[in-house]
Amino acid sequence: MSVVTSRFGEAMTTPYETIIGLEVHVQLQTRTKLFCGCPTTFGLPPNSATCPVCLGLPGALPVLNRHAFQLALRAAAALNCQIPQRTKWDRKNYFYPDLPKGYQISQYDQPLGGEGYLDIPRRIGIIRAHLEEDAGKLTHEGNLTLVDLNRAGMPLLEIVGKPELTSPEEAKIYLEEMAGLMRDIGVSDCRMEEGSLRCDANVNIRVGDEVTPIVEIKNLNSFRFLERAVRYEASRQYERFQRDSSFRFGKVPKQTWGWDEVAGVTRPQREKEEAADYRYFPDPDLVPIRISPEQVAAARAEVGELPSQARERLASQYGLSSYDVGVLMGMGRTAIAYFDRASAACGDSKTACNWITNQVAAVLKETNTTLDAFALSAERLGGLIAAQKRIGLSRQQALDVFAKMIAEPLDADAAISALGVTVVSDDSAIVEAVRRAMAANPKAVSDYRKGKKAAANSLKGAVMKELRGAGRADVVDRVLQTELERHE
Amino acid sequence: MTAVLCLQRLARREISASALLDYYLTAISSRNRELNAFLHVDETGARRQAQAIDHRRAKGERLGPLAGLPVAIKDNICTANIPTTCASRILKDYIPPYDAHVVNRLREADAVIVGKTNLDEFAMGSSTENSAFGPTRNPIDPTRIPGGSSGGSACAVAADFVPVSLGSDTGGSVRQPAALCGVVGLKPSYGRVSRYGLVAFGSSLDVVGTLTTDVADAALVLGVIAGPDPRDSTCLRESGEDYFATVEQPLTDLRVGVPREFFAAGLDSEVEQAVRTSLSIYERLGAKLVEISLPTSPHALAVYYLVATAEASGNLARYDGVHYGSRITGTNLLELYEKSRGAGFGAEVKRRIMLGTHALSSGYRDAYYLKALKVRRLIKADYDAAFQRCDVIAGPTSPTTAFALGERANDPLAMYLADIYTIGANLAGLPALSLPCGKSQAGLPIGFQLTAPVLQEERLLRAARMLERQLRAKP
Amino acid sequence: MSTLNREQVARIAHLARLELTPAELDGLTPQLDAIVDYVQRLSAVDTTDIEPLAHALDVIDAFREDEPVRSLAVEQALANSPGRRGPCFSVPAALE
Repeated sequence: MSVVTSRFGEAMTTPYETIIGLEVHVQLQTRTKLFCGCPTTFGLPPNSATCPVCLGLPGALPVLNRHAFQLALRAAAALNCQIPQRTKWDRKNYFYPDLPKGYQISQYDQPLGGEGYLDIPRRIGIIRAHLEEDAGKLTHEGNLTLVDLNRAGMPLLEIVGKPELTSPEEAKIYLEEMAGLMRDIGVSDCRMEEGSLRCDANVNIRVGDEVTPIVEIKNLNSFRFLERAVRYEASRQYERFQRDSSFRFGKVPKQTWGWDEVAGVTRPQREKEEAADYRYFPDPDLVPIRISPEQVAAARAEVGELPSQARERLASQYGLSSYDVGVLMGMGRTAIAYFDRASAACGDSKTACNWITNQVAAVLKETNTTLDAFALSAERLGGLIAAQKRIGLSRQQALDVFAKMIAEPLDADAAISALGVTVVSDDSAIVEAVRRAMAANPKAVSDYRKGKKAAANSLKGAVMKELRGAGRADVVDRVLQTELERHE
Repeated sequence: MTAVLCLQRLARREISASALLDYYLTAISSRNRELNAFLHVDETGARRQAQAIDHRRAKGERLGPLAGLPVAIKDNICTANIPTTCASRILKDYIPPYDAHVVNRLREADAVIVGKTNLDEFAMGSSTENSAFGPTRNPIDPTRIPGGSSGGSACAVAADFVPVSLGSDTGGSVRQPAALCGVVGLKPSYGRVSRYGLVAFGSSLDVVGTLTTDVADAALVLGVIAGPDPRDSTCLRESGEDYFATVEQPLTDLRVGVPREFFAAGLDSEVEQAVRTSLSIYERLGAKLVEISLPTSPHALAVYYLVATAEASGNLARYDGVHYGSRITGTNLLELYEKSRGAGFGAEVKRRIMLGTHALSSGYRDAYYLKALKVRRLIKADYDAAFQRCDVIAGPTSPTTAFALGERANDPLAMYLADIYTIGANLAGLPALSLPCGKSQAGLPIGFQLTAPVLQEERLLRAARMLERQLRAKP
Repeated sequence: MSTLNREQVARIAHLARLELTPAELDGLTPQLDAIVDYVQRLSAVDTTDIEPLAHALDVIDAFREDEPVRSLAVEQALANSPGRRGPCFSVPAALE
């Protein structure tokens, strides 16, 4: 038995365990293809990015893209894969119109990434990671199939996960974490809508000590589809399991099904050919690649802090809530580095986190800027936070200073005096203002004294208005409270 | 006329490039119909190139080392905008959009590219009878084969259609036709010459080679086509030597290895006689003959027909009628593939594709393909061991002289036996050369083969030239 | 080991996408059988502890830099195509 969430979000126990293994393909973020110099730009006119090599013309030969290999090594390091001292290339032979050579250059028995894992944060095993070239794209027009070979030869990293995922939700999280990691370390931009991230799911279920045959689900074009498809498939298999005793692992071969998002079901795909005999053999046109310990160390260094490590550190070092950690992580590793520096500058990590995930994020979005290019450095932001606390700026005042510091390279104090921001913290002036506000709002006062503590907010607003927003907030609070309670 | 002589006369302006080209085009037009050495003669293009060379020479411009020299190219080497058919129906209309690397080199050297020569389809064969466009005939006796698969290139040189042609050698395809036509055929080391633009047959075995009238010419042309090419991952990154500069220097204390396995049953007695005569010439020149053994060589043919065909089955999968090549449309995609390939490929090509497919298929891969690769390592080890005791290995190139057209066409295995002495050099990646060493009673040429250690083309050419000078010396 | 029969040859032909007429199949079967029989002699060679030799030369680490090289024009790419529609290659509808 295992606990899953129903479509409507309620926890439910299923009478079966779901077993999921994901096969993920990420397209590497290189300028050119894996074995030739054609560009990898998305959306080019059909067949405008081809050459004798990726067209598979007679006599053309492949040569390996060094940067693609480095990115693949970096990914393997990030997934904690065993990395061999030597890796090689093999031909996977089959006939299809999107495969101009009649074989795909891939890796069979000596992939550049062996066993590894991804912490999501539960540790999910990885079987292997290897590089291969992509096929072209087929579209259908009437009774014709049209072939565009721009995509043929693009560098793909195939990551095969162990069947250790146990729920549709977990599968989705795995894919999101994988995509986030690959983006984070600069290996791929992982856009499912552009095809730079693809996923197939291998699903079966266990009931007691019986297991159903594995179904490979293809055509999963979004994270959401993945979750839905896996959920549907698991329950479909259970239903079949109950009424068909031959529907068992080993009795029926692995099948390929496609997800139909419109109908919300999986459907069997027509057999491509009888269990394909790919006749793998070492590609004689490519030579083996030696991987030195220095290269592995360099790849690991390029990875830097893994998301799972960052997540842990943010929680333990700064005591951030998991919600806050999540939002910050979602902004990417530059945001984490920015946060580290801002925290150090002001000594208040909670406030720094709030500023970054709210105000900074909003500005970046509005102006369509990246954090790398953001005009306000982490150090100056830290200065602003410290000044706000020290001087007692109100929220609005702080926002004004923030805007000023983005527009001009001023530090917090200079920006504050440039704007002429003043803070009234003088007790007597505030006491005056509080008393005047209380006199002008007797209902609020009596509400407060009747127990409606929230009524103090409108009084505070009135006080601030009196003080033209320049009241030191914490002092106002203190005085207001004192005044309100004094007359009780 | 040798290439060297042509170039001397051109340089001295005794003859213009256009006139020299005329001489060869006349020879071609008089006998090519009979011999079928050329599949395509680019007369317009060649004349244009020759005129341009003459023009530039007149202006005193610096010209390449082969300036004005007419050259023929085997039709499995890509030439931009000139048909490249590989002697196959499936590529009968194919025109490459790019030049092979070796063609680039020839053009840079200012050679004049005359046309494309006939071959066994996709370089699979030993007689040029497997061409879809008719066989090439041996110029010495047109009822006989010229050898293969570079039969057109060998014939073109032997028939004086061009002084130099390029061929390709996967199992002997440059050396064997050279032997049967009485010219010099050189197969460089694997990786010495870029394969970019050579239509692949057995990728770990294929090498571009030269057909010339003598060894000095071979050295000259090798110097032009050899060297690094970033477009071929298997090509050496180091440049070769200046082979032409050293070819006339004989080798002293040369140890000539004589493999006992190459003088066993199956070797024609006239061929053996001529080869042994050449061996004694080496002795007269001060070389020492050393009996060696290549114990795994009886298995070389089996290894070759598993490795080469396995690689070929992958290499020829691209000829599917989808993106280029001849197409026959059926009622669905499967029929398109099967009919296009069924009709587009000749019998020998189909045989080899199927053999290779079988050797790689599930259940057979270990016993056939992987086993063959292991025996290949033993074959290479045999040569390595032999070269501890000798400097070059000598023997016959082909077990017989040119046989009659049609004689072995229905017996593939008998045909494959033509390669028994040449195959080892391909499996081990070694440089090897065939030079004429005599004639049979019937006047048919006999070839003498020399093999050198890997990357030792300089030694190979010098050893060959030593013998050649003696063989050609007037008594 | 096994010899090659007509059925096996037909299956190989299908794997290799080669249409053979019945006459071709009849002719090829004994030829292929004879060749396969011949190559079987390799099983007699002792290759214990011998690694396969896939590459004749010991070249490793061949790379190209991630710099764009000019692609072919669309017309060049399609020039030899036996079937095209607009800028695409075309074939009868592929099995899906």
